[in-house]
Amino acid sequence: MLDETLLFKWMTEFDHQIQTDKAYLSGLDAEIGDGDHGDNMARGMSAVMHTFKTPNQSVAEQLKAIAFALISKVGGAAGPLYGSAFLRMSKAAVDTQQLDQLIQIGADAIADRGGANFGDKTMLDVWAYVPAMLEHHTLSSAGLAQLAAHTKPMQAKKGRASYLGERSVGHLDPGAVSSQELFQALLKAQSALKTSPNQALKNGTD
Amino acid sequence: MKKIINAVADIVPEMVSGLVKSYPQLVAQLPNTQAIGRRDAAFKAGHQVGLVSGGGSGHEPLHLGYVGLGMLSAAVAGQINTSPTPDQIYAAIRYADHGAGVLLIVKNYAGDVMNFAMAQELAEYDDIQVKAITVDDDVAFDATDTQGRRGVAGTILVEKICGAAAEAGASLDELAALGQAVIDHTKTIGIALTAATVPGVDHPGFELQADEMEYGVGIHNERGYATEKMAPSATIAAHLEDKILGNFDLQTTDEFAVVVNGLGATPLMEQYVFANDVLADLAKRDVKVTFTKVGNLVTAIDMHGVSLTLCQLQDNWHTLLNAPANTIAW
Repeated sequence: MLDETLLFKWMTEFDHQIQTDKAYLSGLDAEIGDGDHGDNMARGMSAVMHTFKTPNQSVAEQLKAIAFALISKVGGAAGPLYGSAFLRMSKAAVDTQQLDQLIQIGADAIADRGGANFGDKTMLDVWAYVPAMLEHHTLSSAGLAQLAAHTKPMQAKKGRASYLGERSVGHLDPGAVSSQELFQALLKAQSALKTSPNQALKNGTD
Repeated sequence: MKKIINAVADIVPEMVSGLVKSYPQLVAQLPNTQAIGRRDAAFKAGHQVGLVSGGGSGHEPLHLGYVGLGMLSAAVAGQINTSPTPDQIYAAIRYADHGAGVLLIVKNYAGDVMNFAMAQELAEYDDIQVKAITVDDDVAFDATDTQGRRGVAGTILVEKICGAAAEAGASLDELAALGQAVIDHTKTIGIALTAATVPGVDHPGFELQADEMEYGVGIHNERGYATEKMAPSATIAAHLEDKILGNFDLQTTDEFAVVVNGLGATPLMEQYVFANDVLADLAKRDVKVTFTKVGNLVTAIDMHGVSLTLCQLQDNWHTLLNAPANTIAW
């Protein structure tokens, strides 16, 4: 279940990871793109954390505020892709707060916006596999790292890296790596809340 | 790498501010954006279809320099080499709309296409009629297995021809069809002697030896299809013409527009030497040229290199190219 407490903790963990890895992500992007993915995501996540200052927002309202922060602050291709995912999740969150369903809806939004297929060396190569892992309780930090690592031998078919053709092979996709970090942040947030009795009580399980 | 700047993060806002302060008679900045709009009397009084373009910064004078009478109604500057965001593009659409709708001229990059599409969705919620065309004139690469061909220097011909037609009262549907036709008949390839140095990065985007050049480069430091030994201007011109003309369905009655474009750090002296070779070689091939433009028109920050664009002119395009335009850079 995605409730307000988990969403805040999740985004806090993700923000922390992105700010820490800003230079690393931009470095990955410099190899096959234009070298600004870390900086763009860091700018976006600072804006995302700002949205939590508005009190008493429902999960749907909060997801929408996150979407608009990402859309208006990240720019490039990552802004509309992450933004579309959170925006569609926000609409769905009115009816369901099941995490696996919400992430599936987010993955579909990314596929629709970017037109990518599996194996095109994009963030979809992480997002597409997460819902089933959540459903079957097999989502792990190592599994996520493996999903991102799978983009390394792929040849890019979408985005700026696609112009490199075969020269894009052998590099990690920066969007897949930031997506890996997004879901690793989710795992961290879930386990932190489970070990914290007050919040665990408040949030139940999952 | 030395740059005349204050801080990397301030480059785009300070550039936009400097530009509007320098040409207040032509353009104004839209509030809380890095977008500018034309402010001439014809625009204020007009009922013409709005034309909006934009993209990452670093290609100046594209797009800000082509805002004004006979070209764009508004343009949006993103971060360096990064698409502007939908909220900014949306502000430009609202400014450009006089009720007759707005045509978006988008260069074919994943980020630009997605951000402009989201802005288009926002505007349609407000019942503003919006159509978008995607410029993909770079024929250095095939379209298969990539994002598709990139939008490069040919973009200015789309902006000029559509701008003149909009000023003359063409409808949104007519402009979208016209713009698409111009895109279909416009082909470009670029070459570089030295890659660009992006502000904040202290080395060129890729390495070329002192005696090397790169064929097929993009305007964001994308490498091309071949690294070759440096060659004389005439050899480069002939190679690019072979490659570009091969992409056209040539007719004996053809007339062409030619754009020789400096990529940012190429002296005009070299651009005119290159233009001289291009025009001489095209004449030798019996390719008739009726319109030529030379200069730093669509740049790649400080890349040393040129691009060559050929546009197979149709209908009244020649007249539209020569129609009056009052912008900073046309």
